[in-house]
Amino acid sequence: MSETGPIAAKKQPGPARDDPAKGGPVPPATAQRLPGLRTLAPIVPKSGVASQALILVIAIMSFLACVTVGAVSLVNKSASTWQSQIAREATVQIRPSDDLDMDAALEKARVLASEFPGVRGARVISREETVKLLEPWLGSGLGLDELPVPRLVVVTIDEDNPPDFAALRTVIHDAIPNASLDDHRTWVDRLVGMARTMTVIGLCVLALVLSALVLTVIFATRGAMAGNHEIIEVLHFVGAEAGFIARQFQTRFLFSGIWGGVAGGGAATVVFVIVSWWSARNIITPEGEQASAFFGDFSIGYGAYAGVIAVIVMVGALTAMTTRVTVLRALHDIDDRRADPGRLD
Amino acid sequence: MIKFENVGLRYGMGPEVLRDVSFHIPKQSFQFLTGPSGAGKTTLLRLLFMSLRPTRGLITVFGKDMATIEPTELPLLRRRIGVVFQDFRLLDHMTIYENVGLPLRVRGKEESSYQHDVLELLKWVGLGERVHALPPVLSGGEKQRVAIARALIDQPEILLADEPTGNVDTPMARRLLRLFLELNRLGTAVVIATHDLSLMDQVEARRMILSQGQLEIYE
Repeated sequence: MSETGPIAAKKQPGPARDDPAKGGPVPPATAQRLPGLRTLAPIVPKSGVASQALILVIAIMSFLACVTVGAVSLVNKSASTWQSQIAREATVQIRPSDDLDMDAALEKARVLASEFPGVRGARVISREETVKLLEPWLGSGLGLDELPVPRLVVVTIDEDNPPDFAALRTVIHDAIPNASLDDHRTWVDRLVGMARTMTVIGLCVLALVLSALVLTVIFATRGAMAGNHEIIEVLHFVGAEAGFIARQFQTRFLFSGIWGGVAGGGAATVVFVIVSWWSARNIITPEGEQASAFFGDFSIGYGAYAGVIAVIVMVGALTAMTTRVTVLRALHDIDDRRADPGRLD
Repeated sequence: MIKFENVGLRYGMGPEVLRDVSFHIPKQSFQFLTGPSGAGKTTLLRLLFMSLRPTRGLITVFGKDMATIEPTELPLLRRRIGVVFQDFRLLDHMTIYENVGLPLRVRGKEESSYQHDVLELLKWVGLGERVHALPPVLSGGEKQRVAIARALIDQPEILLADEPTGNVDTPMARRLLRLFLELNRLGTAVVIATHDLSLMDQVEARRMILSQGQLEIYE
């Protein structure tokens, strides 16, 4: 061992040794990495059971949150569709009787309805259409003349300026005693009421799932951070500033959060796509018809996809924020112990 | 550089671990801190390193009263102090090269500006062939030397070493002592806490002896 070792060499003054913080020139970063040296390891290690568990937990919770967002969006969309449908259509129903000329009555009802203020148009449901409507219940080959089947006139409503339904009902009933006007309000009000209730319940479930997501992310992040306490202490004692330490952990955990969020949100999106595909493929089957009766075309809508993106962004931001707070709290704790040695007992 | 005046420290409601400790560590001084186990050597080093605050008395570090130092100032002051911990405190996922370069990395320096110094220092402490090794595969003595290299890499104004030769054989202990002496000759004040009488006998240096919480100094 020579008496003039690396310390002596390091103490030699020179521009490359000057501290940039004291105004000295920064050494040029032209030197190549010496052969055999690996790329610097990150200060906060990449993997670890805790961080993988964190990603998994975040992915599961994000999936549940995104599916809930999709379900709420679907129900909400259905409620709007039903509400729009009620505003758009009403039906005049004419019951057959011996002394009634059905075709004349239908035409009269159509004309009366068409001319009523607030009505955009009226259309008679033809015999063929009526037969087709009844086919699921009464089978094919039905002869309408043999059965006293009521006939319908569909009245299209001006949604912006709806008619006075009571007056319309009176006009039609006065002209055709066998006719009645069904504005669907009773049924659709119930459906809309139910859909609204489901939306509110869905929003409550979403709020609970998001709260659980927030708490899970916070606790899982803190759990994963617990194993890194030694790194925080070492950085603290080699003179790292609080912001530097927080940044190292924040960056690492931000990626874990985003990765977990993308995995969960991606899985939820795949589920949405599969459900939409199934719905489109089975629209002609009885199951598909039942589903579409409730949920329209069963498409999830852009709102749900925006919700998925919002969940991913929220999870990433939350993870990073929790990490920052945890690191700063750990540093604060070190300082507290410094100020109060009794806490070491 | 660092001055203690009537410093006392107790943990919680327990007895005073340090009582009326007064001393001054001048620039470029070299001293051993010794005493029986449990005498408070590590506690005194922690006070010197500002990781504890005294229960009473006045400590001045680089001209600043420790009681009034803002937490945001502490990292900048700590950068002027090198510490060798008794339990090494190396980061297991980093190679010894990366561990030694860590203090410079947290100061925002480019790797290219320090890689030569780190490799030279590792050669100097006898670990030139093991730059890629991770701490878990090192012996206690090797970890000790990595911890020493990390404390020295940024040429601190004062070096605090807690039992720096506790895990190395006699030739390596002598070699490390020569490293500390060279560092001291170049301007760094050195405080070595040790039990090792043979180590202290090799150097004519001030001895600070802690016993039952009180400090006696032999110049």
